[in-house]
Amino acid sequence: MTLLLVALGLLVAGGAAALLCRQSPRAANLLGAGSAAAACALGLVPAVTGLVGGGARLESAWSVPGGSLALAIDPLSAFFLVPLFGLCGLAAVYGAGYLSAAPGGRSPGPPWFHFSWLVAGMVVVVTARNAVLFLVAWEVMSLASYFLVTRDDEREDVREAGWTYLVATHFGNACLIALFALLGPRSLDFADFGPASHAGLLFVLALIGFGTKAGFMPLHVWLPEAHPAAPSHVSAVMSGVMIKMGIYGLLRTLTWLGPPPLWWGGLLIAAGAASGVVAVMFALAQRDLKRVLAYSSVENTSIIALGLGVGLVGLHAGTPGVAVLGLAGALLHVWTHALGKGLLFLGAGAVLHATGTRDLDRLGGLARRMPLTSATFLVGAAAIAGLPPLSGFFSEFLILYGAVQHAGLHSLAAMVALALMSGLAAAVFVRAFGGAFLGVARDDGVRVAHDPGAAMRAPMAILAPALLALGLSTPVLLPALAPVVEQIGGLPARRELDAATAPLAVVVLGSTIFLALVALIAGLRRSLLAGRTVGAAATWDCGYAHPAPRMQYTASSFAQPLTALFGPVLRTRLTWDAPRGLFPAAAAFATRTPDVVREAALRPLFDLVSGALHAMHRLQHGRLHLYVISIALTLVVLLLWRLS
Amino acid sequence: MNSWIDADLVLITLTSLVLLGASRLGTTIRMVALQGVLLSPLPLLLAGDAGITLRAAGLAVATVLIKGIGFPWLMDRAVRGGSLRRELDPRLGYNASLLAGVLLLAVAFLLSSRLPLPPGEGTPLVLPAALFNILAGMFVIASRRQAITQVLGYLVLENGIYVFGVGIASHQPLLVELGILLDVFAAVFVMGIVIFHMGRELDHIDTGRMTLLNDWEKE
Repeated sequence: MTLLLVALGLLVAGGAAALLCRQSPRAANLLGAGSAAAACALGLVPAVTGLVGGGARLESAWSVPGGSLALAIDPLSAFFLVPLFGLCGLAAVYGAGYLSAAPGGRSPGPPWFHFSWLVAGMVVVVTARNAVLFLVAWEVMSLASYFLVTRDDEREDVREAGWTYLVATHFGNACLIALFALLGPRSLDFADFGPASHAGLLFVLALIGFGTKAGFMPLHVWLPEAHPAAPSHVSAVMSGVMIKMGIYGLLRTLTWLGPPPLWWGGLLIAAGAASGVVAVMFALAQRDLKRVLAYSSVENTSIIALGLGVGLVGLHAGTPGVAVLGLAGALLHVWTHALGKGLLFLGAGAVLHATGTRDLDRLGGLARRMPLTSATFLVGAAAIAGLPPLSGFFSEFLILYGAVQHAGLHSLAAMVALALMSGLAAAVFVRAFGGAFLGVARDDGVRVAHDPGAAMRAPMAILAPALLALGLSTPVLLPALAPVVEQIGGLPARRELDAATAPLAVVVLGSTIFLALVALIAGLRRSLLAGRTVGAAATWDCGYAHPAPRMQYTASSFAQPLTALFGPVLRTRLTWDAPRGLFPAAAAFATRTPDVVREAALRPLFDLVSGALHAMHRLQHGRLHLYVISIALTLVVLLLWRLS
Repeated sequence: MNSWIDADLVLITLTSLVLLGASRLGTTIRMVALQGVLLSPLPLLLAGDAGITLRAAGLAVATVLIKGIGFPWLMDRAVRGGSLRRELDPRLGYNASLLAGVLLLAVAFLLSSRLPLPPGEGTPLVLPAALFNILAGMFVIASRRQAITQVLGYLVLENGIYVFGVGIASHQPLLVELGILLDVFAAVFVMGIVIFHMGRELDHIDTGRMTLLNDWEKE
């Protein structure tokens, strides 16, 4: 516990030091990144010991009404703390490289300050054992990330993204305040929360409040805006860890609400299925690489929701096999997504850093120019797309394995949705990877790209093997999840988890053989080609006289059959200027796929509200004496009314 | 002792009424100064049978210094330095203002008749005088155009609060009273400086012409 406090102190102090270091951007960068990385390394120690069974508590009084400074590490907290510290530490190292090369010579002090507070806020969110402390930390986390998202605030779209994020996050916070107010009329300490009479209402409030942060549709609108706007290491932290805070909150709430009725699981499965399938469709249609990843994040939290839903259905039905496997799959996916999406955002940041664009239809051929980035991106993409032997496969497999054991409409819906999502997710990442890294560069800036500096390379080079190791060791690690699952589900989990390791081990064995074969063939090819000259030539060019790189099959072309199929949902907008005449000159073609929830539901709603509130502006006329008269009149009327 | 308190309260009320009907800036400032001086014996008189304590004496001296001398001097300086117009040019005529003052006095008595006081605190006139000064201060702020009269209105309002504080809550510690005095002093000091500079920069301190300073863009 002491180490955790030291880490928190180090974060706050380092952030403040970076902020104060205005003279030297270099020093600010080093201070901010160094303290954050050191704090995360320190914090990993109590997190890992917490996971293997060494819990810790700390409690002290706080002058805030209803509040107490209660922190604790139990298996559930530790499970979220490990990826939090791990990814944030690596992101800090990456950020040192990313921010030092920031254009315009802006001081990296403020972003490091906010980054430190973001990490500290998340640590306290996960360890807080008092509702007031939790809400304060939650707000710190939200605000710090807001400032990070709006770092490039001279750009209109960034300001718009920040505004969307701020509104969405506070909508969620309002639900959370209501949730805790209803949970604790007597005491706001987590230890005193117990099964409540109106548990259904509380569950819905938690689902909306935490779901906004986790990005369940239709509450996801901030995600595709905020992730691309933030600096890449922050996108990695936001997507990898921060949205998982929503999952953590939901899990923590479930431990208080008592045995779940069937409709909770049903609601989670329905929400997860709908939001996952729609999100993955949108991921297919996006041209912005980071936006693809953001939609993929929505899809992955939906997979977690599906796993939780299966788990709750199993709990209700009293079948521990279903419950344990669903929950374990959801938990494993938390780690998978934290590492995998973190890695992908770091890779996307490296691409953006090197080429200056995130447009998939302008990138291309980066595999040769940026070998490390492309290799690590491939590992991350395979993990997120759920290919064996990476852990994404295992988490989805566990959820499906659990769902299969339960006969019913709920589990059937979960299976169908998960299958559809996995298939489409594979297409999404084939498209993203192919568009960015394969083929030939489509733009001049892309042609001269190169791998980033050591500070940015190292985190990617660490995350990719870690992801592979997590996948290969899943059969061994799985039983270690038992305490966490037991804490959420309130039932013994060890036996079911042990039983599930057997099929996983077969998959690992099979994939290892496959990987060995691939390595063998690659080695063979290499030895055969050694000593011969290898020429590179254009592929068959369909008889065109002068094929240009822009004529390549683009990412948009790849996705077109699918996007056309989902056209009614996606509503992709085409703007084009067709070539005319026998000797056409300029022509243009562009597609844009705005978010359907944002465009069709939220924008009209907000327009309505702002129109209705327009009348209120008449009150702000600027005439001072009328203000004073209205204050005085209110005072007199109130006095007359209360004193009658 | 009570008759002295009541006489003092009546005088304070009268100064406010004069202020409402005054047409010259100089008169207004002098009335505020007079009011500050008249306020100063209140803590001594209200100390009553308990005898005059050091606390009450200190408060009386501080009141004279700040409200009777300090503020009027600051205002006077702002008027001279900014070469302001000496006429008040109110939104509402002087006679109408006086009439409104009488109305406010009636409202003050009406309100205080309904406000139950703890027994043994002050005299029956404390509450009406305090409320009237508060309302009159607000009225001055609302009905006069120049920024300087609004500061004066604020002072009258604050004097009302002071009467209320000294008269009703006589047990509150000296530190609180002095703290409030200091707050008001800081506020008036800042306002005096602002008005001084506004008068120099803008050639007028008519708040009615400052409506463009709000956040909302007119379309």
